[in-house]
Amino acid sequence: MQASATVGATAKKDALNDLETAVLAPDALETLVSSLRSRGYRVLGPKLRDGAIIYDELGSAAELPIGWRDAQEPGGYRLHRRDDSARFGYAVGPHSWKQFLLPSRLRLWQARRDGEGFELEGDGETPAPVAFVGVRGCELAAIAIQDRVLLGGRHVDADYASRREHAFIVAVDCFEPADTCFCTSMGTGPQVSGAYDLALNEILDGEHRFLARAGSPRGAQLLAELPSRVPEPADSTAAAAAVAAAAARMSRSVQAGDLRDLLARNLENPRWEEVAERCLTCGNCTMVCPTCFCTSVEDASDLTGTEAERVRLWESCFAVDHGFLHGGSTRRSGRSRYRQWLTHKFGTWHDQFDSSGCVGCGRCISWCPVGIDVTEELAAIRASDGALA
Amino acid sequence: MSTVADLLRDAPFFTGLRRDWVELVAGCGSNVHFKAGELIFREGDTADLFYLLRHGSVALEAYAPTSGQLVIETIDAGEMLGWSWLFPPYRWHFDAHATTVVRATAFDGACLRGKCDADPALGYELTARFAQTLIERLQWTRLRLLDVYGNVGAR
Amino acid sequence: MSALAEAAPAAGPMLPQPFRVRRRRRETSDTWTLTLEPLAGDGLEPAPGQFTMVYAFGVGEIAISVSGADRGLLTHTVRAVGAVSGAISAARTGTVLGVRGPFGNSWPLAEAAGADVVVVAGGVGLAPLRTSVQWLERARTDYGEVTLLYGGRTPADLLYRRELDQLARRGKVSLRVTVDAATRGWEGTVGVVPKLVGGARFDPGSAVALVCGPEIMMRFSAEALIERGVAPERIYVSMERNMQCGVGHCGHCQLGPTLICRDGPVYGYDVAAPLMEVREL
Repeated sequence: MQASATVGATAKKDALNDLETAVLAPDALETLVSSLRSRGYRVLGPKLRDGAIIYDELGSAAELPIGWRDAQEPGGYRLHRRDDSARFGYAVGPHSWKQFLLPSRLRLWQARRDGEGFELEGDGETPAPVAFVGVRGCELAAIAIQDRVLLGGRHVDADYASRREHAFIVAVDCFEPADTCFCTSMGTGPQVSGAYDLALNEILDGEHRFLARAGSPRGAQLLAELPSRVPEPADSTAAAAAVAAAAARMSRSVQAGDLRDLLARNLENPRWEEVAERCLTCGNCTMVCPTCFCTSVEDASDLTGTEAERVRLWESCFAVDHGFLHGGSTRRSGRSRYRQWLTHKFGTWHDQFDSSGCVGCGRCISWCPVGIDVTEELAAIRASDGALA
Repeated sequence: MSTVADLLRDAPFFTGLRRDWVELVAGCGSNVHFKAGELIFREGDTADLFYLLRHGSVALEAYAPTSGQLVIETIDAGEMLGWSWLFPPYRWHFDAHATTVVRATAFDGACLRGKCDADPALGYELTARFAQTLIERLQWTRLRLLDVYGNVGAR
Repeated sequence: MSALAEAAPAAGPMLPQPFRVRRRRRETSDTWTLTLEPLAGDGLEPAPGQFTMVYAFGVGEIAISVSGADRGLLTHTVRAVGAVSGAISAARTGTVLGVRGPFGNSWPLAEAAGADVVVVAGGVGLAPLRTSVQWLERARTDYGEVTLLYGGRTPADLLYRRELDQLARRGKVSLRVTVDAATRGWEGTVGVVPKLVGGARFDPGSAVALVCGPEIMMRFSAEALIERGVAPERIYVSMERNMQCGVGHCGHCQLGPTLICRDGPVYGYDVAAPLMEVREL
């Protein structure tokens, strides 16, 4: 399965253009999960834990957060019960799929001392292939963005490549955006577009059903195994309406077209000082962001000095050490680190990887402990374009 | 054989100076030369000369008992040497030795001060040119204070 | 397990190749030059200006510019400023270090053919330029005037003293060496490196300048070159930031819109100057 090159595309795909479409009853999801498991996949999907909807292993479709809805705001995330049995009646939580493709801790290799030298041994773990159930449009776009970073350059991240190659993706169109979402501004949703194996559009209007469309031969194969019926025009209409309604309810927006240049010319904008007074540089935003990819490499040895290993760990550009050089840091102030994050995400990412780094999922807004809202920050910079501190 | 004025016209320090002023300034100058290692001036001595180096290099130095002569800076051909003549008490602040054979034009400070008093416009022009040299020297000196090659991470 | 599961491939560019320390020479009080030979294979073919990630077993890895590459032997000049550089510079002959790379871009030696070349180096900054100077001397007839301006803190802090003496004697490259502060017995020039630019012989209209050293020194040197009339796009500097993976995946070496491991370390001054101007970029 090729990495998607259509990052940012707002394509509204006609369901009939896909390999196959079908209508599923909610129970069919049970078969979906068990079919994937029997194929040897580790099925991962949304579950409710500790007051949030996170991604973890699904033993069955019954483990989905059935009938739950999220309410998100800057620095706030709460779950509420719905009055229906929607399987995907919420937006996104603190987890993203990157934890499975770019694990937060990965041992790259081990080595053992051998006289004056050393022997490298072991190639790392052999992870089971994963199936993601419930990937949103913004998340699919985020995966494509990380594909570009880790697979699209001169060097390929071998571990990411192998996890990515076999990942089976069951995507889901959104019908219940959170207040912090702004995927429409970033061109990534609410409808899924990009490379997926199977996409589901949950319809609650009338009969509770899913309009499913295959996006690949193996997706079509799986779809064929599920109990289903042939779609009728009413199904497509209802599906389209749900997506359109979600798009209309988007309460945040970003003028994304010229951010690269806007940010490049506003590196001394007084807004950076202002946001720095609020920002704790805790790095929550980078942990929950589905495209943040910074990692650090750590070398360690045991107490005897005979065994050593190299480990790759998630890291955040908000850490002072991120810019460590010659005994000091090149970004000592919180101001410079917040500026680095925001200008990279929305600006210099274009220079480095030919796309925006943001998919509009809004996680950074909800999970910022002081409620910094990137859409508000960008608007403030735009409003004071050219101002100097 | 070039006159003092001819030599001045070629010097970067006097580039663009009015012809009549070049003649005026040349009138206070005479050609000198030093052997390699020869003392040019000593700290504390009366400083009523300054030099335009035309060829060779000069070491500006300070003397300390345990270290002997410490070179502060190397002055090269094309540069001006000495500004203690500009303001009282007209005494050299450092030693200067020729490190190679040196050919220079030496200017009489009193003579030049007199001509500047008589023609303030000339005075302003020369002061401006000296100021530029001083600023450059100060800049390089400050760069050395930064100790950019020094112990990294110690700051 | 179904046929879908496959062993994850080797760590690839994150896997160090073993190199043994063949020779070790002390340059200054805190700097050593190590010559490394590969345990297997033909070694690396780094272009002038490139760097490798050098690993000391169990301690860590740092980015070090290549200062020599000859028939598979790799030379690195290391300044001990921390735990890893300390461990690497202390490596005795026979010790095996790990090397990944080479990474990064290189000095524009081919593009400079036919022009005067001015090499301006400060402190340890001469190390990344060493192979360029060697090349310029060897291919001397391909270039116009070739000048090396080199400065250090004190005479004891100068690198490659004997090589520089030999370079001066052979006379193909004009050499001026200066120190910020002289010590007894120093008979050379005293003063900062940028100051030497004014008196160096080159045609500003076509000359190419290669500048390497502490960032402040590079800025002042570049400004001195511009003052002489060299266009910023023909002045090249070597930029440095935190470097970890070296392959564009870890995000550390970002400098504005660029990644030093991919778009550098060699930058045209027209690109580098605006980047250097932004504090804490």
